[in-house]
Amino acid sequence: MSREVLLVFLLVLPFAGSIAAGLLRADARNTEAWLAGAISLAGLAIVAALYPEMAGGGVVRHEFAWAPAYGLAFTLRMDGFAWMFAAMVTGIGFLVTVYARYYLSPEDPVPRFFSFFLAFMGSMLGVVLSGHLVQLAFFWELTSLFSFLLIGYWHHNAAAREGARMALVITSAGGVCLLAGVLVIGRIAGTYDLDEVLASGDMIRGHELYIPALLLVLAGALTKSAQVPFHFWLPQAMAAPTPVSAYLHSAAMVKLGVFLLARTWPVLAGTEAWQLIVGSAGLCTLVFGAYLAIFQHDLKGLLAYSTISHLGLITVLLGLGSPLALVAAVFHVMNHATFKASLFMSAGIIDHETGTRDMRRLGGLYRFMPITATLATVAAAAMAGVPLLNGFLSKEMFFSESLVAEVGVPAVQRLLPFVATAWGALSVAYSLRLIHQVFFGPPPAGLEKVPHEPPRWMRFPIELLVLACLLVGILPAYTVAPILDVAVRSLLGEATPAYSLAVWHGFNTPLIMSLVALAAGVVLYAALRGYLARGVESPPLFAAIEARRIFERVHVAVSWRWARALVGVLGTERLQPQLRWIVVVAVAAGLLPALRAGLGPGPLDATPVDPAFLLMWVVGGACALGAAWQAKFHRLAALVLSGGAGLVVCLTFVWMAAPDLALTQLLVEIVTTVLLLLGLRWLPKRLPYRGTAAGAVAALPRRLRDLATAVAAGTGLAALSYLVMTRPIPDSISRFFLERALPEGGGANVVNVIIVDFRGFDTLGEISVLAVVAITVYALLRRFRPARESVEPPPQQRAQSPREAEDDLRVPAAIIRVMFPAIVVLAAFLLLRGHNLPGGGFVAGITLVIAVILQYMAAGTRRTEAQLGLRPLRWMGSGLLLAAATGAGSWLLAHPFLTSHTPKVVLPVLGEMHLPSAFLFDVGVAAVVFGASGLILIALAHQSLRK
Amino acid sequence: MEPVLAIGIGVLAGSGVWLLLRPRTFQVVIGLSLLSYAVNLFIFVMGWVRGGAAPFVQPGAPVDPARFADPLPQALVLTAIVITFAMTALLLVVLLASRGLTGTDHVDGREDEE
Repeated sequence: MSREVLLVFLLVLPFAGSIAAGLLRADARNTEAWLAGAISLAGLAIVAALYPEMAGGGVVRHEFAWAPAYGLAFTLRMDGFAWMFAAMVTGIGFLVTVYARYYLSPEDPVPRFFSFFLAFMGSMLGVVLSGHLVQLAFFWELTSLFSFLLIGYWHHNAAAREGARMALVITSAGGVCLLAGVLVIGRIAGTYDLDEVLASGDMIRGHELYIPALLLVLAGALTKSAQVPFHFWLPQAMAAPTPVSAYLHSAAMVKLGVFLLARTWPVLAGTEAWQLIVGSAGLCTLVFGAYLAIFQHDLKGLLAYSTISHLGLITVLLGLGSPLALVAAVFHVMNHATFKASLFMSAGIIDHETGTRDMRRLGGLYRFMPITATLATVAAAAMAGVPLLNGFLSKEMFFSESLVAEVGVPAVQRLLPFVATAWGALSVAYSLRLIHQVFFGPPPAGLEKVPHEPPRWMRFPIELLVLACLLVGILPAYTVAPILDVAVRSLLGEATPAYSLAVWHGFNTPLIMSLVALAAGVVLYAALRGYLARGVESPPLFAAIEARRIFERVHVAVSWRWARALVGVLGTERLQPQLRWIVVVAVAAGLLPALRAGLGPGPLDATPVDPAFLLMWVVGGACALGAAWQAKFHRLAALVLSGGAGLVVCLTFVWMAAPDLALTQLLVEIVTTVLLLLGLRWLPKRLPYRGTAAGAVAALPRRLRDLATAVAAGTGLAALSYLVMTRPIPDSISRFFLERALPEGGGANVVNVIIVDFRGFDTLGEISVLAVVAITVYALLRRFRPARESVEPPPQQRAQSPREAEDDLRVPAAIIRVMFPAIVVLAAFLLLRGHNLPGGGFVAGITLVIAVILQYMAAGTRRTEAQLGLRPLRWMGSGLLLAAATGAGSWLLAHPFLTSHTPKVVLPVLGEMHLPSAFLFDVGVAAVVFGASGLILIALAHQSLRK
Repeated sequence: MEPVLAIGIGVLAGSGVWLLLRPRTFQVVIGLSLLSYAVNLFIFVMGWVRGGAAPFVQPGAPVDPARFADPLPQALVLTAIVITFAMTALLLVVLLASRGLTGTDHVDGREDEE
């Protein structure tokens, strides 16, 4: 298989696995673990297969063009450094998978864990393998997202939610900065391609935008790597399940920050600003983290702060800006991953076996779990930098760098070796404390269960990692040297310095520093034992300034207090102001362009007024005003008046050459009126106005304001209509519709052809909306509880016995029953001729509904339903299916969706007929309109029958 | 003709907006209905051709687009009329449900304090 395809597989596999893992059964713990394990192993195998290419100093690239005009491509790129990271991500990922299988209890939702875990692994690989800067920022944010999900895995636990949220806020804010920084770099370099950017380091460092770009990128890197002052999210993230901590805080998440620093090192490093920011952030973190680690009582808390401290170490090394320091940094990335992962896993085992992580309650566990204790001791020794372990080697490199590094500030340069030694002593002290307090001393009292060794395979990942610590520590030249070489050479190229990985370099200054640190650490721990035994909660000196608490305060202020204050000022829960603003803004939006560009009447003169038309509109206007006036106290009158206005609109359509619209308007008017009549029953009785004169005066400003708004809106619309009507209409797409309706749509009624053919897709959407609304209405009414006082039958109904009512309706009922078939035939007629003459699906559907409504009126709900057996939902469903199937039918003839075609059918009696496929579509429309309006009306009518 | 129709549209829209801003649910329903008449007419007159014929083409005869009313606004308004019905129905039912839940037909679900 070609190298490029392997890369694609490497990235796609975890995401595919994530989806598969999410779909498995909740209790499929073993299957999940096998799946995740197999995927990480496969990833590792792919990485291993790519080694020869990397050893030769090669770069594997695979590019998918995406939007080349914008310089966007999906580029996978692997060089030695990325290769090293990929190996770490997949390798430790595999070990964590094995561990997690035993760690998670059967009650935990295991599919969710492995699904998030694999997706996180995929995102990590995505960052590492990105050959395009924007793509890198994208996967970077994905890691923030999935780490959020992983940290909050036990979301019933408040601490987990808190920790997850904090990690997300900090790291994704950093991610946004990174994206901005990447965009600035892209602007400077003129490209986002990593290779090209790496090649233009000088140009970028010399550019005036270098400092903003640097600050933004560093904001991303330092937040992710939990550097001071952004360190506080990391200890909070310890609420995650331990496998997550072991992965996120050793090999993955936090290492991304240093990955980015190293990745951009050739481009951004080597300036004073870089050294100042990165170096000082690292230095503060290094000391601060180690200091706080000593005073943690939570096992994982100690490991968290030591992680912060070690990341500080790597950051300092990268900040120094010398190639040798870079080598040390890359080396320490690997070493830290191995010993920290194994320590986290040991902490998880202790937690599992004893039920607590509080070191004040633990002790003497060596007796119960000697193997685990030994493994943890070796790993902790590696963390402390004891000789013959891997931590020692990179620590020695750091010490010797601290002696020779060129630092811009002379005082810092002089102090650096002492700071380094102090850091070493602190590391020794907390490592010693971890081992001594947990595994030695008196056995723990008051534990719920007797601890013992974990299952064989739960310990296996730790054994493997500790073995790696030992092998690297004793035989560096035969184990880690080629890997380190591949990684460093890809970063530095020609500039790779000569370095030696031997254990013994002679009795030199770094060794003395190490010995001093070891001795001082032991003394420090001995001195602090009394203090630690007292179990004081917060560490000395820094109890008052806690970054976490500051973050919380800011968070609460911004997202709660300020937000509420803003809502208090700008927001309202009341409908009327909202509607008023909508209207005001709409009027303003119409007015502004008119004011700016000026707007006068068009070139055409008004046509003479037909007195009948004038009279019609006098009635229409009066109806509208009357409805507005009466809607509060005389609802029925307002409804009738509004219907009158609707009729005038309908007549206007007739007048102005739109018979289809007139027909539809008329029929819809009928149905709407029936609908509102059905609704009136459930509204409260409105008593005549009995307010005081003072109340009327108080309401006056509000009413005047509303009146002004209404008049403004009305005048605006009137003016706009007049201005448009005095202008000739421009040439538009309508010409196309008129010319093609008959030859291509097969219909003479252009409006109908537009609806069912040219714009058929719109109509399909439209009838879907109709169906959705009908179902919503139906669902709302199913849960509807009317107000208590409207449950009783209204007085009119009570005054008249059912018998009398039936008598009153006898003649109309007879007529209506006879009319039913006639109206149905009319509906069919309107449907059939719709393609060529006024009519069509919409009209036919509404006509059918009216036929049914009439039956309900005449015969009552129960009898009508017993006789007709309507199923509005089925009508609606089959109508939608028919319309969609008609559209899909054109696929069979290899045409796009909803292409109409008109086969000629010769029938025995009727002769030759055109049956456009659009007709079938129209039948579907009619069925949906019938079903939907029927469903709405019947559901509303049924409310009176409810008991 | 044109001023009459324009004023008619204005009166419909003004009455509709006035009702829209009233506190009772039924007023809002009627207001929305009046406003949609106005808007439908407004969209429709965008494509009105003076003396134009209804958009029905004759088979065989050549089509002169200048002779016909614009069919596109008509098609838009036709579907809009049906959708207005659906919207009115939904609004009505929501308002009824709100009345059942809150015991008042005020749009905010509670009576004004004023």
